[in-house]
Amino acid sequence: MNLKNIKNNLFKDYLNSTISTMLIIGLFYTAYYLFLYFIVNGIWNGDADTCRASQGFCWSFIRAKFQYILVGLYPDDKLWRPISAFILFIGFISYIKHPKNWSSKNFSYFVITLLLCAFLIRGGFFGLSLVDSEQWGGLLLTIIVAVCGVIVAYPLGVLLALARRSSLPLLKYLSILYIEFIRGIPLISLLFMSAVLLPLFLPEGVEIGKLFRAQVAMIMFFSAYMAEIVRGGLQSISNGQYEGAESLGLNYYQKMRKVILPQALKVVIPPTVNTIIGFFKDTSLLVIIALFDLMYTAKASVTDPKWVGFSLESYLFIAVIYFILCLMMGNYAKYLEKYLKKENL
Amino acid sequence: MKQKNIIQIIILFFVIAALGFVIYNTQQKIAAQNISSGFDFLQDEASFEISESLIEYSSFDTYKKALTVGLLNTLKVSILGNILALLLGILIGISLLSQNILLKKLCQSYVEIMRNTPLLLQLFFWYAIMNSLLPAPQEAISFAGTFFSNRGISIPWFEFSSFSWSYPKFKSFNFEGGYTLSLEFVALLFGLVVYTSAFIAEIVRAGLLSVQKGQWEASKTLGLSAWQSIRFVIFPQALRVAIPPLTSQILNLTKNSSLAVAIAFPDFVSVANTTMNQTGQALEVILLILLVYLTFSLLTAAFMNWYNKKISLVER
Amino acid sequence: MSKEIINLTNVNKWYGDFHVLKDVNLTVNEGEILVVCGPSGSGKSTMIRCLNRLEEHQKGKIFISGTELNSEAKNINHIRKDVGMVFQHFNLFPHLTVLDNLTLGPIWVKKVPKKEAEKRALFYLDRVKIKEHAYKYPGQISGGQKQRVAIARSLCMQPKILLFDEPTSALDPEMVKEVLDIMIELTKEKITMIVVTHEMGFAKEVSDRVIFMADGKILETAKPEEFFNNPKHKQLQTFLSQVLT
Repeated sequence: MNLKNIKNNLFKDYLNSTISTMLIIGLFYTAYYLFLYFIVNGIWNGDADTCRASQGFCWSFIRAKFQYILVGLYPDDKLWRPISAFILFIGFISYIKHPKNWSSKNFSYFVITLLLCAFLIRGGFFGLSLVDSEQWGGLLLTIIVAVCGVIVAYPLGVLLALARRSSLPLLKYLSILYIEFIRGIPLISLLFMSAVLLPLFLPEGVEIGKLFRAQVAMIMFFSAYMAEIVRGGLQSISNGQYEGAESLGLNYYQKMRKVILPQALKVVIPPTVNTIIGFFKDTSLLVIIALFDLMYTAKASVTDPKWVGFSLESYLFIAVIYFILCLMMGNYAKYLEKYLKKENL
Repeated sequence: MKQKNIIQIIILFFVIAALGFVIYNTQQKIAAQNISSGFDFLQDEASFEISESLIEYSSFDTYKKALTVGLLNTLKVSILGNILALLLGILIGISLLSQNILLKKLCQSYVEIMRNTPLLLQLFFWYAIMNSLLPAPQEAISFAGTFFSNRGISIPWFEFSSFSWSYPKFKSFNFEGGYTLSLEFVALLFGLVVYTSAFIAEIVRAGLLSVQKGQWEASKTLGLSAWQSIRFVIFPQALRVAIPPLTSQILNLTKNSSLAVAIAFPDFVSVANTTMNQTGQALEVILLILLVYLTFSLLTAAFMNWYNKKISLVER
Repeated sequence: MSKEIINLTNVNKWYGDFHVLKDVNLTVNEGEILVVCGPSGSGKSTMIRCLNRLEEHQKGKIFISGTELNSEAKNINHIRKDVGMVFQHFNLFPHLTVLDNLTLGPIWVKKVPKKEAEKRALFYLDRVKIKEHAYKYPGQISGGQKQRVAIARSLCMQPKILLFDEPTSALDPEMVKEVLDIMIELTKEKITMIVVTHEMGFAKEVSDRVIFMADGKILETAKPEEFFNNPKHKQLQTFLSQVLT
């Protein structure tokens, strides 16, 4: 961009000039203070007292709490397991993310990869010692809840959407009732509900863990939102496609499986990814019912008597983690949107 | 027809069986825990304090009153929050289309940061920042009769009883006079507004972009200024596209206000949760929560539908 | 001649208050080529869409090769195997290749092995003269080609009856001929064809009978020479004078 462009852009008239000048001054001040805060005054080596004495960002806190925030109380000597599971997961995702690699064969490999990851993290068979779910925490737990949630809730959402458009009135109204009930209430009350009500609903003697109860609530929540997205996709498919399939004599299952759903689900991929991002962010609510998710470990790090009061550091750190992960998913959604648009031409 | 009926009967059977299973178990457990079901507990003494309230309340009042206090707090933060979020969101949404690159980029980063981090984290963050940066009440920062401290923000307030302005003053421990917004309330309101405004900004931007280019050209030809074009030509049309997603954002803010429980602001869900823990009346309390939020949803949807009809009628 | 394959007796249909089909009676024999014409909104599309129950008739009876069309799902599926349909807007499946469009029905409905279904599909693609496009997606071929694929798709099911719902109306004029040529060639087969169309040339050349519909009623049924040279009904005379100029 040359000087003339800058002038036209930023100093076109009085209003723009004033805004630009104020923004430039503001940005410079902010950059200067951030530089002072993070770099010049930042404490890289040193204990909590050194940090307290300084005006800067306490990098030592992040170093001390890094492991706890990311994996919680996962045993030190078995850390290689979640790390290799993570690498496996990321590796497969980066392979399967391109639409060219979408096939039912790769999908089954994906399921196998996930099972392998689950095995690595939990263990309990084939010589790997068991690491109980109570020892999972931090980012690890957040990702587990999010991935499990999406995997169960997505097909459930599809079924709910199909039910909502069904010609059977009973099925239709049950599905509407469920979807609107879930969408009408805040997630937090659903989480409270599952914590209190699920045990009430089960017979005497049957116990389910806190994590499982929360997972059920998250799945219920996400499936209702997913159902509405899929419904939008189903509505976008023209009547001609239904008629074409019916005139060939396909039955309901074949029609949906072979003709309608492949198209409908593809149309709604961008909003689906956006909903998944929302769901990923919503897993932070687990902290409220005292589960050891990323939000919890960040919050608990600050209450460690040794490191009390570094909430800013802690929150900024996990904010960066959430931000990067969500941004990546968001950019992926944009990429897919562009790719699919091009393909449909 | 026959086949469909058979399927429906099978579904009905399963639904009834599941319901029966759940109801039977619940009854067994409730009987074992010795809790009487029904809404009679609402008349019992709540015996817990609520830190802030729009109406007179003490721990000797009933659960019913406590829940009303929570409901009013939820209404207070949602109504105020929605108004502020709409204003801020529209402003940022317009700035997203500004030709001033600096302003545009700045607003884009704002939207990205807000949308890609969890609201709960933002609430914790603002609360922590306000707690650590604002001074104790003795050393409150004062600005135009308003005091900022880690107790909250004290603003001048019009007293209807005495029909005069009352100004906050620091007396020994706390502020007297005026109206004090608690730090929890301020952090919650701020967090909700800032977060939701990013989503609203995106909706506004998309709405403005949806208006055909010809409309801009036509209004320029008429000699309208940029602001006049937006105000009289573009905005009314963009609004029609934006109304449905805006409705869901307004509902989102209202539902998200329940995160108040995390920073100890006594909203409805927070009070209800305390009530549930104290009385053990889980089913009843959850029914109340449902009732309240579904009413919010229906009222908001009804209002927005009415508004939508109104503006689309004007358009024709 | 030969035995009857389609029989409509006093068929009635309403869309809400609107009476679309009024006491329609029609018998079609095996191997017959029947052209249905009439002004738009006359109910001709609705009538043939009732024949494979894309639309439900509310009164009267429809028999296809002796099976009654009613709400029995078994009957509907049975009939749809034997009745193919070619739509105005093709209704090809955009997410499948041309070949997959053709094999979908045979594989899933008629349980034909995949290899054989593909062989059959290629055979019919050759018949409609677009074998070279077998591995393209519908979005990559022209309208006329799409309609030929759609015809091949119906043929792959080896139907006894083929319904055409204004197959050339959505096409650009220069593509109409390629589709009509294929249809004319098809008439040499032993397939019963019911064609809703405005192409009077097609009707004159190959049809066995022509039907004129207006306001949901069949007003005239005749052999093509009779139909075009000696129309009896006044509405038909007006219609023909409009269409044939």
